[in-house]
Amino acid sequence: MSATWLARKLTVVAGLAWLVATIVFLALHMVPGDPAELLLSTGGVSPDPASVAELREKLGLERPLFAQYAAFIGGLLRGDLGTSLIDDYPVISEIALRLPRTLELIAAGSVIAILIGVPAGVFAALDRGGAFDRAASAVTALLLAVPVFVLGTLLVLLFAQTLRIMPAGGFVPFAQDPVQHLKLLILPAIAIAKGLAAVLFRMTRAAMLDALANDYVRTARAKGLSPTRVIIVHVLRNALNPVVTVLGLQMGTLLGGTVLVEYVFNWPGMSTPLLRAVEGRDYPMVVGIVLTISVLFLLLNLVVELVHAWLDPRVAHS
Amino acid sequence: MSGNRHLKRLWLPGGFVALIALAALCAPLFPLPDPIRQDVANRLAGPMAGSWLGRDEFGRDVLSRLLWGARTSLSVAFASALTAGAIGVLLGLIGGWGKGAAAFLSVRSMDIVLCFPPILLALLVVTLLGPGAATLILVLSVLYLPGFARVTHAEVLAVKSRDYVEATRALGARPAYLLLRTVLPNIAGPILVQLSLAVAAAVVLESGLSFLGLGVVPPAPSWGLMIRGARATMEQAPLLLVWPCAALTLTILAMNLLCDGLRDALDPRTAGR
Repeated sequence: MSATWLARKLTVVAGLAWLVATIVFLALHMVPGDPAELLLSTGGVSPDPASVAELREKLGLERPLFAQYAAFIGGLLRGDLGTSLIDDYPVISEIALRLPRTLELIAAGSVIAILIGVPAGVFAALDRGGAFDRAASAVTALLLAVPVFVLGTLLVLLFAQTLRIMPAGGFVPFAQDPVQHLKLLILPAIAIAKGLAAVLFRMTRAAMLDALANDYVRTARAKGLSPTRVIIVHVLRNALNPVVTVLGLQMGTLLGGTVLVEYVFNWPGMSTPLLRAVEGRDYPMVVGIVLTISVLFLLLNLVVELVHAWLDPRVAHS
Repeated sequence: MSGNRHLKRLWLPGGFVALIALAALCAPLFPLPDPIRQDVANRLAGPMAGSWLGRDEFGRDVLSRLLWGARTSLSVAFASALTAGAIGVLLGLIGGWGKGAAAFLSVRSMDIVLCFPPILLALLVVTLLGPGAATLILVLSVLYLPGFARVTHAEVLAVKSRDYVEATRALGARPAYLLLRTVLPNIAGPILVQLSLAVAAAVVLESGLSFLGLGVVPPAPSWGLMIRGARATMEQAPLLLVWPCAALTLTILAMNLLCDGLRDALDPRTAGR
């Protein structure tokens, strides 16, 4: 992959990130009426004018729109996302504390999904129409249907409430107690993994079936290569391209699912302050977190594209 | 013959979805207790006469709440999918048929929605407008707009130079007539598939937001809210958690199978796979 290709991709990501920032900035001003009054009104009751004036002051709503926008973008470039309306805590500090925990959950979920979805897809393709293939396909249809928070809740009901072999949720820093940390990570990671594993399974199976039908597979077999070598070196490598593409398409679902799963398992990632902020109409905090996760979404998609280009050099040249 | 086989696959999931829709529509007709009437004396009561599935943490009838919950979920999902469909198809028609910047922007400007993970865009709007069914419908419509615009755009491009379109144009048909009476019926299949996908996705997202307490406002019955409520009492009454989970999962399963079946039957590109 060439440097110009990479530079072009990075420019696109930067442009999209700017677009996303502009949208979240404008969202507050796109709603008819006074934004401060909007954020303070609950259930049709007009807020008291003094607190509206105070909030207008705090959000800098008195200044011209363009000046507000310039200040917002300038703040972003300096890594300043403003402060919470509830407790004046800097939004960036909250994110710095929470983001690693959310990333850990996403990483653990993706690893589980890849370790289960891809091999299961390979075996199902090799066993086309057989018992394993049919059973795995049925399980996949069920996994795609069960919403992530339902699966999470049922996992708690089964493993924590009924069997009492796993903790129901919570968080312990890794440095403090590694074993408990991992124990608390397993169930939420499985819940996060479910959708991705199901989609990876389907895609791997389909791509393997396509790849198996190719002439080079027949040639490789005819040369007397061992079946395992044919599968891994010749079939799987070519089947992985569409699988990686799907991985990229699933990132939005994965990040969205994290919000729900963290809530179900009391995992103190980005979801805790986000939901508190949505409930408390804490606009700067919501904007900061939505922006962070959306940029993360764009970056993860870029990483997927890089892996794709590495697997299939044609991508970077097209 | 393959058409027949495709149609057969539609019967079971289609029938199930129709059954749920019918139950949701007829919920007021069943002789069931009021889904929001509380009866603290029968808090978490097991199955009893007139309450086959028992009562929830406020003594409300669970079966009644399940049926009325279907009504909430499906009405929000259909309202938002139809709104997204109407506007998205219009934008797609403009984008596919027209020329210049307006046509380009009508489809590509929708793509900005795709830069956000869906639930986060929803939470942003809930912060601004407050939770409730109206907010949900607005958010979900916006989220599914790009899908409709893209599919319609691609399909219009594919059919606009076909002979039957050229022939109708040569007969002197005005553009509006041509688009609505000639082009639209011929691209209805993929749009219908998109509609079924949007409804299924909307049911999932609505239940998720309600589960977080940021969708449908209590005490209105919703499957997401029922799961949220039953979580607190799962120790005493685990079944309370199981019913709405099962209802939601089975509904989405049937809808997904219906989507797959519709796609195989209506979308020529994936037929035969």
